[in-house]
Amino acid sequence: MPLITYREAIRHALAEELARDPHVVVMGEEVAQFNGAYKVTEGLLEKFGPNRVVDTPISEAGFIGMGIGASMLGVRPVIELMFWSFYSVAFDQILNNAANVRYMSGGLINCPIVIRGPANGGTNVGATHSHTPENICANHPGIKVVCPATAYDAKGLLKSAIRDNDPVMFMENTILYGDKWEVPEEEYLIPLGKADIKRVGKDLTIVAHGRAVISSLAAAQQLEREHDISVEVVDLRTIRPLDEETVLESVRKTHRVLLVEENKPFCGVGAQLAYMIQEKAFDELDAPIKRISAIDTPAIYSPPMEAEQLPTPDRILKAAIELLR
Amino acid sequence: MSKKQSAIADNKNASGADFSKAPVNAALTKVQKIDLYRTMVRVRRFEERSLRAYQAKKIGGFLHLYIGQEAVAIGCCSLMGKNDHIITAYRDHGHAIGVGMGMNPLMAELYGKVTGCSKGKGGSMHFFDPSRNYWGGHGIVGGQIPLGVGLAYGVKYKGLKGAAMAFMGDGAVNQGAVHESYNLASLWNLPVIFVIENNGYSMGTSQERSSAGSLAKRAEGYDMHWAKCDGSNIYEVRETMDHLLNLARDQCKPSVVEISTYRYRGHSVADPDNTYRNKAEIEDYRKTKDPIHVFQQILKDEGILDEALTEQIDTEARAEAEASAEFAEVSPYPTVEDITKHVYWEEDHPEHKTSQGRIFFE
Repeated sequence: MPLITYREAIRHALAEELARDPHVVVMGEEVAQFNGAYKVTEGLLEKFGPNRVVDTPISEAGFIGMGIGASMLGVRPVIELMFWSFYSVAFDQILNNAANVRYMSGGLINCPIVIRGPANGGTNVGATHSHTPENICANHPGIKVVCPATAYDAKGLLKSAIRDNDPVMFMENTILYGDKWEVPEEEYLIPLGKADIKRVGKDLTIVAHGRAVISSLAAAQQLEREHDISVEVVDLRTIRPLDEETVLESVRKTHRVLLVEENKPFCGVGAQLAYMIQEKAFDELDAPIKRISAIDTPAIYSPPMEAEQLPTPDRILKAAIELLR
Repeated sequence: MSKKQSAIADNKNASGADFSKAPVNAALTKVQKIDLYRTMVRVRRFEERSLRAYQAKKIGGFLHLYIGQEAVAIGCCSLMGKNDHIITAYRDHGHAIGVGMGMNPLMAELYGKVTGCSKGKGGSMHFFDPSRNYWGGHGIVGGQIPLGVGLAYGVKYKGLKGAAMAFMGDGAVNQGAVHESYNLASLWNLPVIFVIENNGYSMGTSQERSSAGSLAKRAEGYDMHWAKCDGSNIYEVRETMDHLLNLARDQCKPSVVEISTYRYRGHSVADPDNTYRNKAEIEDYRKTKDPIHVFQQILKDEGILDEALTEQIDTEARAEAEASAEFAEVSPYPTVEDITKHVYWEEDHPEHKTSQGRIFFE
């Protein structure tokens, strides 16, 4: 099976959907001529032309709102946020318009848009560029939220997101863009709302999404090798809708849970998971649920400290050992 | 409050040409002219009846009445072709009636009943009718304007000949989203007309206390065509908008138009309306610029309306509004089960659903 990067997987998904459905339009800052700030959309302008791949001026509220308006008429915009951090400039358009227009009209309208881009810290770009707003978005009924960790998941989920008739917030990670994974050439889709067991284990369940999955897998390897602890890693893949059953099945098997996220602790995705697990599997737990989030401050710049601020394999390892004591 | 002085009494534009002779108005049949008049009267009677319902506590939240501004919505809506679309803010009842929505579902929506046009889920600020190319009804000032640009984008993308009219009040022109929208429309030649319904006040703050410079003239900074007209005369509204709609449909050129108008009532019913303007100003408008009186006089001079017919139209409009209140009164509310419907297209169409997992939480 071919080995391709996460970045290429996204690009292939975009190209396939652009070819399949004439209503799909890719738009965003630098997506066309510049070939994408992170080269995700490289080559798409050449292949599909300026009607289908559109460079926007820097005006997120304007072009995201425009995309939402166009989607009401059946255009299917796939809008790139250069950094998901820039969503807050368009907060009203995304979380008041895209999320609510169907409801406020009593179901007369739907907005089949995708907003995609990197949502991550760890790249020394400072506090305003390092947001991971999957928790904020997931708090809003009316939209869906997807956070793939691998190239395989990214491609299958992005295709599903583009075909979804509801607004989907698709969050990638610049640090993961270069990671290579096996991705089939034949077309495949991954449904939203289905988690994936990335590593089977029996002593501890780690639930994570995005880059935290990769860090958790690294910690899991070390835990096995050096501490004889068998860790099961559940990759949520989609935040909303949420695959509760896969998480609970794992909890019933291991009886100990460590939640890992790049979100800050207060009302992060982990907070929702902790509530859900204790509500539905209280008697299965042999220990309180533990959580590793980003250290609770704005993202620090200083490179070695920023790395420490995020859920590192080392912090995950220490928490796991603590849990199994 | 700055208003363009138009010779309303004699229905002429600045160069003395008669608005009723403009091709778009001269082409109207007698029946169509009466219908324009009737629709304005219906809007007013609907608004007045909804005000009484609000005061009787049948309607919750906000009620932003369109009384006094009728010629703007009705004039613009009357020009819509099958590929033209409109979107507006929360003073949206006139536009709803203007595109042809019935009073029953509108009043029922105000009452929060399941028979409302938004199934009771939107309320006064959120009337929609996609089948009539009417995209709401929006609460955040200026938030609907990028959506309006999107409607124009969609029309152009599909290769259709049409335009989007994106309405806002004079209070919206300073929102960032509006400026971003102007830029996108002009940069990309999108067939959108930004219609500023200038009633002189954004809530309690007059134009001179809100906005630097002249509102529509800001379009020049974006290389966009702009115009101003007096919203008291529906013929003038139609003539101005006809040019702009053709500019958009035929040449894909956007424009900004400032239509001066006035609201008799406060910003919303909750607004006591005694801190920022005086009764004399309101009376002056009523005497000289009320769009219904103005057009009534024009049509009487044309020999199309007489006392008997205006009386009949008024009686019928009141009866229709009253009937809609009765309809709303006897309609049921949505149920608790209804609360979680119409959030996601997929959940509302389970036969097409491909997602899994849990989408609603508790």
